[in-house]
Parts: sequence; C-alpha cells; structure tokens
Amino acid sequence: MGKKMFSESALERMEKEYKEWLEVYKKALQRVPERLERFSTVSDMEVKALYTPLDIKDKDFFEDIGFPGLYPFTRGVQPSMYRARLWTMRMFAGLGTAEDTNKRFHYLVNHGETGLSTAFDFPTLMGYDTDSPLAKGECGKCGVAIDTIEDMEILFKGLNLEELTTSMTINPPASVIWAMYIANAENQGFDRKKLGGTIQNDCLKEFIAQKTLMLPPEPSLRLVVDTVEFGTYEVPRWNTISISGYHIREAGATAVQELAFTIYDGITYVEECIKRGLDVDAFAGRLSFFWNSHIDFFEEIAKMRASRRMWARIMKERFKAKKPRSMLMRFHTQTAGCSLTAQEPYNNIIRTTTEALAAVLGGTQSLHTNSLDEVYMIPSEEAVTIALRTQQILADEVGVANIIDPLAGSYFVEALTDKMEEEAMAYIRKLDELGGMVEAIEKDFPQMEIADSAYKFQQQVEKGEKIIIGINKFPSPKPDLEILKIDPEVERRQIERTRKFKEKRDKVKLQKCMDELRRRCEGPPCWENNVMPALIDAVRAGATEQEICDLYRDVFGIYTDPGTF
Amino acid sequence: MGSDRKLRVLIAKPGLDGHDRGARVIARAFRDAGFEVIYTGCHQTPEQIVSTALQEDVDLIGLSILSGAHMYSFPRIMELLKENNAEDITVIGGGIFPTEDIPKLKEIGIKEIFEPGTLLEDIIEWVKTNVKPRGAQTS
Repeated sequence: MGKKMFSESALERMEKEYKEWLEVYKKALQRVPERLERFSTVSDMEVKALYTPLDIKDKDFFEDIGFPGLYPFTRGVQPSMYRARLWTMRMFAGLGTAEDTNKRFHYLVNHGETGLSTAFDFPTLMGYDTDSPLAKGECGKCGVAIDTIEDMEILFKGLNLEELTTSMTINPPASVIWAMYIANAENQGFDRKKLGGTIQNDCLKEFIAQKTLMLPPEPSLRLVVDTVEFGTYEVPRWNTISISGYHIREAGATAVQELAFTIYDGITYVEECIKRGLDVDAFAGRLSFFWNSHIDFFEEIAKMRASRRMWARIMKERFKAKKPRSMLMRFHTQTAGCSLTAQEPYNNIIRTTTEALAAVLGGTQSLHTNSLDEVYMIPSEEAVTIALRTQQILADEVGVANIIDPLAGSYFVEALTDKMEEEAMAYIRKLDELGGMVEAIEKDFPQMEIADSAYKFQQQVEKGEKIIIGINKFPSPKPDLEILKIDPEVERRQIERTRKFKEKRDKVKLQKCMDELRRRCEGPPCWENNVMPALIDAVRAGATEQEICDLYRDVFGIYTDPGTF
Repeated sequence: MGSDRKLRVLIAKPGLDGHDRGARVIARAFRDAGFEVIYTGCHQTPEQIVSTALQEDVDLIGLSILSGAHMYSFPRIMELLKENNAEDITVIGGGIFPTEDIPKLKEIGIKEIFEPGTLLEDIIEWVKTNVKPRGAQTS
C-alpha cells in the first residue's frame, strides 16, 4: 500500500516523537499509575492510550475513507446524509391487541415519530394463533397478537401506508405476515408498488441467536428467496430482508462477531437469490441491515463505518455488482437492551442517549431508542416519549446531525474501523472454510462463539473487570417493578375474535387457496411456485397465520432448538 | 452434604420466548461449579420440562423465562411435579417478574426467584446451601 496520507519525513518525525512521548507518559505513570491493568472495549478489544497518524499510515484516503455517498461508503450511504433528511425515528411498538397497538402507533406518530415498527407477540412470531394450546399465557405480552387479516386491518387503521414506512419484526412467518400487510393495504386502497417498509425475514440469525424457530434452514431460505423475488417484481419499495446483527449481539456476541456473522448471513442470502436466477443488481438494493448500538461508544461507530465498507467491497468484488445501489449498506439501529439495568432504571436514559449518539455518528438510516423501562417490560407511554425525545434532541439541539461523518480522520476511529474490518474478515474466511453459514450453523459454530463471549463477559462482570453501574459498582437494590400489565381478558377476547372470524369464511374458497399454496410449497422453488401470490389469496380468503404455518411445518418439517450451551 | 453424587440440574426454558442468553450462561456456570447440567433448549411446554426432569432424575430445575408468561407455565410445572410425586425436586426461576408475582410464585413452591443483575456466584452459593442430591439424605 505505501504511505498514502502522510509524507515519509512527517512519519519519520512522528515515530521519533511518539517514542519520546511514550517515555514522558511512562514517567507520569510512575507518579500516578493507570486506573486499570488493561483497557478494553465492552467486546474486550484492547485499546492503547493514544493513537497517532502512525496507526493509519497505510491508509489510502480515496480507497478506504473517501466521500459520503460514494464507494466504499465508509462515510455514509447518501451524499447529503442528515443535512438533507434526518434518520427515520422508528420506535418498536406492540402490546395487547391490535387496537391497543394501533393506539400506540397513533400516539407515536403524533409525537413526531417518522416510521412505524411493529413488535408481535410470541405466538405470532412462532406461527401460532392465539387459540393454540402452545400460546397459553403469551397473548399480547411482548407484542401484538396478529392471527388474521382482520387483526392486520385494525392494527394499521387510520395510518397512511403509502406515506409511512412500516417495519415488521417477523421471521419464520414473515411471508405470511407480509401477505396480510399487502392484502390489507390493497383492501384499504393503497398501491402495492408504493408500499414502503421492511420485514425482518432473517431466518439465519434465528438459528444463530434469536431462536424464533420453525422450519429447518434450507426451506427457511427458500421462503426468504420467495419474498425477495416477489418484492423485486411486485413491491419494489420494500426492504425484503433486514439482515440483523442486533439479536446476535444481544445474545452476547462481540462487536466483531456481530459484524462478521451478520455480513455472512447477507452473503448467504445474496448467494441464494442468485441461485434462484435473480440478477444481483435487481434485488441487492432492497436488502437492509440492522445493528445493535451497544454501550462502548467508539467501538460502535467504528463497527458501523466498517460494516458499510465491508459490504460495499463484498458486493463489488465477491458478487460483481455493478450498480452502486447494490453496494450500499443501509441500516436500522437499536440501542442495546442488554446494556440496561433494572436497578436505578433512570440511568438507562443516559445509556440509551450515548448509544443513540453513536448510531447517529455511525450514520444510521433509522433508529429505535430503548425506553428506560424496556429492560423489564413493554415501555410505558411516559418512558417511550422520553426515548423518542432523546432522538429529537440529538437531531435538533446537539448539532451532530449538521456535519457528515464528523469522526472521519480521527486516528483512533479510523484505526478501530480498520481493526473491525480486519477481524471480521478473518471470521468470514473461517465461515467460507466451514462451507458457508448453513453448514456452520449445523456445526454449532456461530452459536458457540457467541455463548463463549456471553459467558466470558459475565465472568468479567463478576470479577469487576467490566463495570456496570448499579450492579457491580455502586450496587443498588432492584426497585419494585410495576409492570405494564396485559389484562388476561386480552387473550380471551382475541381467541373469541379469531373464532368468529373463522366462522365467517367461505370454506370452499379457502380450501382452494390452501391447496394452491401447498402445490407451490411442494414444487421446486421458482417464480411459478413463489408462495407470495398464493399467500395473498389465502389470507384474503381468511387463512389464519397458524393455518398457513402448519402447512409450512407439514411440507417442510420442523426445527427445534438443539439446546447446546 | 454427605453424598458424593454430583448435583443434577435441569435448566429449562418454558414458553415461546427465545431469550436464552441467561439460560445458557447459568448452564455453563453450574457446570463449572461441578454440577451435572442438562439444558432443554427453548420453547418447552410444562409437560416436556417435567418429563425431562423425571427422566434425567434431577435434583433441581432452573426455569428461565422473559416473556411474562410465567404465571401460566410455573404453576403448571409445579402441578405436574406433584402429580408425579416429584415435589422434592427443588424449582427456582430466573428472568423478569413483576414484584407482585414473586410471593405468588413462592407460595406455589418455587423456592427462589433470581432477578436481573444477580451474580452467578450468588446463585451457585444459594444452590450449594439449599439443594441436596435427592434420595441421598432421606433419614
């Protein structure tokens, strides 16, 4: 590479003076020693006391850093970034019934939220209706229960679905829920070509970390490719996958593991879509990503900057993408739930603010800020308002949105960005050697890497090597938790609504739709057998989420958690 | 103590939530503390959990749950243990619980509830003090 940004003579002088400074530093430490034996990030990456041009002397400004909106996009995906349009303020929300969540959506939009994000309850996430015996006690607890297209209609009542974009955190049943969304939007008079939003639809990270499990990896990937294919032709403004590091990180991964496993999941989806016969430049522009913004400020900024550069290089070099749009890594960010504490919960506002600031400096396209009570419950209205206001204050008062990628050129941030890329690429080579992500998952590789990191972190907390205020430093008793209670009546009412809905259906028509869906599922994966058109017909004819997922389970088989640790 | 037999522990995740970080961390910590550990994996019904506990002849069941469905699954598990004359298996819980639910869970026989922020060493200490191998010390 050679010395690109600094002259030989400047670097020579730098090296000499840096050594001299080190002596001064050591002398100072003789008077007052360093606070810690070892300084490291929350992911346990060691950091030095000082960074200088020597740490980035091999960098090439044009190849490695460059300009926003231009390859390799280290500095951001748009040329204008937040000077033109702020990130989308998108609060993850879902509780109780569709009515309750619809009310929360309106509340958030009325308080300046600029995009919707839906949290479904566990039965919905796992492909069960509320009346399933497996769903007992879960209805509406961690999100909203959606069994039928009728619930979907209530959920989005009064919201303009051509103006607002909607994110839906749904994975194994993503195709079904998306079909309900499209069918409902069309029933309300919206044009599917104008619908914007995201389905998470990232089945690989379910096996790795989030564990909403339904089908084995192969058929899961087939359904993902069906949605990408359908979106490419029919719903062109939709992000068909949100390739997610968030849950990988929450499960205990380091920043590098989050980066590497998520990008490798992305590689796998691209490969699968190409295998289907799709042109990389036709679909890659609709892939989006989702990062965790954890508590270590600079590590997160470096991770996000590195992620854009890595994806751009992979799309260009590995997949020979031609359109710049295909190389853009657009991403959503959520602040780290696992960094919050039930003890002294108001401290969580400070944690979330710092994490949100890192996401903004990292160049996120949209952001969810956790509420102070989100560590133990679905946020109360008061807490969610503070969390949304946190974003608004960062956007309008602090001044950080006025300059594009202001930390570029920081010796430390650039060096850390490089290190993130370097270490993540080592994992990517390892995953290639293992034969790809599906093979790696079957070998339990990413799962065990994450479990190792989670355990190591917990041990560091116990030894006081990693500090959590209120837990192992200034420990504070956990306050009594008054949790936003979901009335048990919610479950009874939802079961009743689904029962009534089922009675009204035209059984013959429904059976015809289900037969067609089964035929497509059993056939070889191709456009003619794409499940999406058949799903849209089926949910219109009244098929419930579980009826369709049962059909999937019947045709494709069931995957259960192997329970390794 | 008296018995040389290692303590046998089942870590189980009832319900549909997939938050298994805590379950897997405590499983490792128990293993490192010298217990024999069986982990069910996520998404277990109360029936599956009790059946595994009986088959594996465990001394302790640690239930990890973060979905809020504990007021359904915990009582059901206790009921099934009673039906199978296995009430001498100690049951503890970890995860997120509204404060008002904790006395209710203790009333049905859950011996201890460990809430967010608890250190592993405190849980291990509790187990060593409070759980003995079943059948070993019946006199």
